[in-house]
Amino acid sequence: MNDTATALRIAVPGNSGPSEIRTKMPTAIDIRDLDFYYGKSHALKDVSMAVPANGVTAIIGPSGCGKSTLLRTINRIYEIYPDQYAAGSIAIDGRNVLDRRYPLSELRRRVGMVFQKPTPFPSTIRSNVAFALSYYERLSKSELDARVEDALRQAALWDEVKDKLSDSALSLSGGQQQRLCIARTLAVRPEIILLDEPTSALDPISTAKIEELIHELRERFTIVIVTHNMQQAARVSQETAFFHLGELIEFGSTSDIFTNPREQRTKDYITGRFG
Amino acid sequence: MQQTREHTLKAFDEDLDRLRALISEMGGLAEHSIGEAMRCLVERDLEGAQRVIADDKKLDILEVETERKAVQLIALRAPMASDLRDVVAALKISGVVERIGDYAKNIAKRVPLLENVGKIEPLSLLPEMARISASMVHDVLDAFIERDAQAAVRVCERDDAVDDFYDSIFRTLLTHMMENPHNIGPSAHLLFIAKNLERVGDHATNIAEMVYYAATGEHMADRPGKSPR
Repeated sequence: MNDTATALRIAVPGNSGPSEIRTKMPTAIDIRDLDFYYGKSHALKDVSMAVPANGVTAIIGPSGCGKSTLLRTINRIYEIYPDQYAAGSIAIDGRNVLDRRYPLSELRRRVGMVFQKPTPFPSTIRSNVAFALSYYERLSKSELDARVEDALRQAALWDEVKDKLSDSALSLSGGQQQRLCIARTLAVRPEIILLDEPTSALDPISTAKIEELIHELRERFTIVIVTHNMQQAARVSQETAFFHLGELIEFGSTSDIFTNPREQRTKDYITGRFG
Repeated sequence: MQQTREHTLKAFDEDLDRLRALISEMGGLAEHSIGEAMRCLVERDLEGAQRVIADDKKLDILEVETERKAVQLIALRAPMASDLRDVVAALKISGVVERIGDYAKNIAKRVPLLENVGKIEPLSLLPEMARISASMVHDVLDAFIERDAQAAVRVCERDDAVDDFYDSIFRTLLTHMMENPHNIGPSAHLLFIAKNLERVGDHATNIAEMVYYAATGEHMADRPGKSPR
């Protein structure tokens, strides 16, 4: 499969694959028959899952299972690397975002991403949040200020930074920097937020603040979080998907996955019996 | 549904094994106490009855130890899925086994009160009833250790026999009491003993339901092919 373009298909409603696992909630991200390759390495294998809207879906699994790859695929970050390609479809509002005709700028506005390590720009706190806003929208100075404040408030950071918006973002603590990155993501009013191990570099208090933030945001956004910390997945998510060696093994309500998983591999992983 | 694979963290398995061993020890003590209390009743062994009463303290201590171990395991190991269900089941089962021990103690306390009573027919039925109740306790705790849901179901099915014994003894004692008011005192004691044994069967059934849930993640009442009770 060398030609990515021919491998891409537009999602057809009602065309459910055999391995598809669905939930009852309205679907925000409809992933079907997704395969992903790093060169010859087959990183995601025929993954089909319907990520429910306005809730938190956790992706768990051992290292190398394809968790982060899935997030990278949803917002097409992989495109900048020549030998990485995806096949299948990821539909948001019925449109396949893997189709190269789907504008990347629109995708990035609708799907925000926060990474493992905080990645603030080496500029002021205000411009970190305002940067993407100015890219997507023409706003007056007062409108821009209001949107920056709004985003920082949503990210539960406003009270801590309101008096130093012109300070460098790098002067903030790791936990604050991560919340700044979330504020930056929220500023452009996305529908979907992808979090790739957002607290793995943070102390327990900062982690709790991020988790509380995720809890507050979950009704307004569709959040997909990749985490190595199973307790975190249990705490913050309503749905949990377990991946192993590139396959989606089990996808269901978090409470079912953590109290009564169906698949042996999920049981072994959840209870610490893997490998 | 035996858990075959070991935890990556071996100490986790050791903790779970220790918890199971505690439940096993409690079950053994409770089962023994029921048998001993009945033997003392039949043989009018007052000293033996005192030992049964004293032994109940051991069960209380083991229950506290089980609770401590279970809470510690939840706090330190954060058990999930079947492990979590096992720990919660152990916590609940220890409380129920302690209650079963109380029933044995209660039977033993009645031994001196029945010392001078002549032959009353239910006295010949009670040991058999006690044997079934105690064997239910024994088997249901084996089912817990083995994570055997089907064995738990079989224990529940035996509760009907215990209930039948109770009904039969109840009717007989009622007749005795009506025949002669002098029989009322000892008959009332025997009736309480029968009731205690009937409750032991009920508790074994409760434990069976916990074992079933721990082993399968499903409630026994929802199991496929279940016959209406």
